[in-house]
Amino acid sequence: MADTKTISIDPINRIEGHLKVEVVVDGGEVKEAKCSGQLFRGFELMLVGRDPRDASLLSQRVCGVCPVAHAMASALCLDAAFGIDGAIPDNGRLMRNLILGSNFIQSHVLHFYHLAALDFVDVSAAADYAGPDDGLTSVKEFIGRGELAPFMPRYEGDYRLSKELNQQAASHYVRALEARRTAHEMCAIFGGKMPHQVGIVAGGCMETPTADKMTAFLSKLAALRRFMDEVYVPDVLAVAEAYPDYFAIGAGPGRFLSWGGLDLETTETDLVKRRRFFPAGRVGADLKLEPVDANEVAEYVKHAWYDDGTTGRRPVEAETVPAPEKAAGYSWIKAPRYDGEPYEVGPLARTLVAYAAGDSAVKAQVDGVLARFKAGPEALFSVLGRHAARALEAQRLVGAMQEWVLALKPGEPVCEWRQAPESGTGMGLTEAPRGALGHWCEIEDHKLTRYQLVVPTTWNASPKDDEGNPGPMERALIGTKIKDAENPFELVRIVRSFDPCLACSVHMLTPRGREIARCRAL
Amino acid sequence: MSALNGMAPNVLDLIVDQIAPGHHVSLRFVPTIMAGSGQVALEILAATEASKEGYLLVIDGALPTAAEGRYGRAAGRDGGESTMVARALELAEKASAIVALGTCAAYGGMHAARPNPAGCVGVSQALADAGLERPVINVPGCPPHPDWFTGTVGQALLFGWPSDGEVDAVGRPRRFFGRLLHDLCPRRGDFEAHKFAKAPGDPGCLYELGCKGPWTHADCPEREFNGGVNWCVKAGSPCHGCVEPFFPDVSSPIYEKIGLPELPRVVRDTETGRLKTIMRPQPVEEK
Repeated sequence: MADTKTISIDPINRIEGHLKVEVVVDGGEVKEAKCSGQLFRGFELMLVGRDPRDASLLSQRVCGVCPVAHAMASALCLDAAFGIDGAIPDNGRLMRNLILGSNFIQSHVLHFYHLAALDFVDVSAAADYAGPDDGLTSVKEFIGRGELAPFMPRYEGDYRLSKELNQQAASHYVRALEARRTAHEMCAIFGGKMPHQVGIVAGGCMETPTADKMTAFLSKLAALRRFMDEVYVPDVLAVAEAYPDYFAIGAGPGRFLSWGGLDLETTETDLVKRRRFFPAGRVGADLKLEPVDANEVAEYVKHAWYDDGTTGRRPVEAETVPAPEKAAGYSWIKAPRYDGEPYEVGPLARTLVAYAAGDSAVKAQVDGVLARFKAGPEALFSVLGRHAARALEAQRLVGAMQEWVLALKPGEPVCEWRQAPESGTGMGLTEAPRGALGHWCEIEDHKLTRYQLVVPTTWNASPKDDEGNPGPMERALIGTKIKDAENPFELVRIVRSFDPCLACSVHMLTPRGREIARCRAL
Repeated sequence: MSALNGMAPNVLDLIVDQIAPGHHVSLRFVPTIMAGSGQVALEILAATEASKEGYLLVIDGALPTAAEGRYGRAAGRDGGESTMVARALELAEKASAIVALGTCAAYGGMHAARPNPAGCVGVSQALADAGLERPVINVPGCPPHPDWFTGTVGQALLFGWPSDGEVDAVGRPRRFFGRLLHDLCPRRGDFEAHKFAKAPGDPGCLYELGCKGPWTHADCPEREFNGGVNWCVKAGSPCHGCVEPFFPDVSSPIYEKIGLPELPRVVRDTETGRLKTIMRPQPVEEK
């Protein structure tokens, strides 16, 4: 048809990693969508043959934004493989939660202000600012110098906030830089440094809690609590007021999954039954809670650059052979499916699972937002639903973290330290800022013989599966009406609402004993 | 991500304000934070590439070279298909100078860890393989301390590109990487007194828990991370040697004690110009 056209966005910036999105638009509406992970990474293969204890430190290096989630999944996986998963000292459990919780805060603040906000906020409104705000004055002087990168160029034509709100948001962009840095400092108090903390290991944590570290942490946490209450949550709601149509744009597949995360106890060794801050479960559009079972997950590769003979495997038995030339492939991301179906993961999925599970704090928050916008729960399946869920969970988390800090006991054990066992298998399921994260390992002769990750963006940004069902992000793009093909705001707003992180979604593993040639050039 | 954690200069100085008076840094193409995507972003890259004033190219991440670079795809200069290594080399050719930021960009790092199916290499190696001679400074670290990055850029702005004497044999500024971590470590006294931690939470030197401080060159003990709240050894964790060529292979197994008489060290082969690790019973030297 005459008005059919393809819009290709490569690179999609203000996300983590390398993503290309291509859509076919007909009559102003997206008919087909393809999300392509552009960079292959070999993290799982690299772990095979190593001392299992290295996995929690090395696997986190798959990503600088949420490394702690990988360290946590890896440590949970090793805890099980070492047979100590029911014996983690409370100090170890609590410090793990504090390091990961701080990483959630950092990641969510970064996402809203520094990755997503420029789709909604016009920073140039600071050009004629005349007031006492240091941050805004800096931005004004910056604009006055005339060199506008990295804030320009950009898509034009749909910035709807008032000048005052744009100025306030620009000021908050600057404050949020400090807030996310503070959250990283909190990670470092118990984790040594960030990114790539060194605290979380098999058996617990390396750092020792002391009163001075606890009070330092609490002081920073109090500052962030104010930021959540007075800045982040109100800003998300202000954006929602100005862009209410985005409550109806960007629904995904309508199926949501959470592995659950942030342990409230460690005696239960079945991780999806463990009592956790984020509960485990699945929900559909009817918001009825259903259980999860990791054995129902399989990864498909018909449309990914991997050998077709390896499709449909469960993570524990997966095998991957890259096929960079494969014609049907269009991504380095595999397509994980639960019982054959695509599932959306992330803050919205966690919020809906907790809501369906009857968590009273979550119900109060979500019902409050829906009442304000006179909307039903279906409005949550949207661009704004994802942003709101992310902000609300950050707000809940700072409250829970205060209790965790105060439960630390200086002088008591931090770690059940062990050498790697002769053999064993493990599965570590947790929640990362971007959603459900699983690590699987197998140990023989005290070495890792298999290692596998299934990460949040692999779920969300997956290509079509072997049945031709699009991945959740592709699903969210299809059917979207594009007002201006030269400035396709709708597409990038939908993609960023998922907070994609391509860094860790592209990966590969090896079958046991398979030899792959060394090709070091140095 | 680590660069966002700087205190002085901080990230606002980097994005919006100035590192020093009259030295505003214009971040032209930073995928993680820049407003534009797709064609809009590629245009500014093309304009920068064509600019007469020149530009400093900062590369993070290793460059995949296997399968003609197809393990890392990227939009080409004309919007068509290209690869990361091809684009990096095109941009490097015209850059005034290059900073390889992070251990992956400097030496291949995590991506070049065995078995390295994508054939990942650091920037210097990719340039050497392509026969290109460009000025490159390596600022390794996993992650690099923000000061190592802003300090290196600041030096270039204030005093020009570092002289040969200011960088070590593996291309790092001596200002930050000139001394052994072991020599700066606050637990060094415990090492000399043979007071060793045996498990997490124990007091004492972390040597027996696998500390790589004795062969790692970095000023972490003096500088500390995240606004000075902590760093690896202070947090009870052995140093992993993340700033060294061949990290992580050279550091693995991380929690196993290194043999002091067999400390690995990295040297540049005078004949081939390539880096190599040698394992032999001799102390680590300064150069």
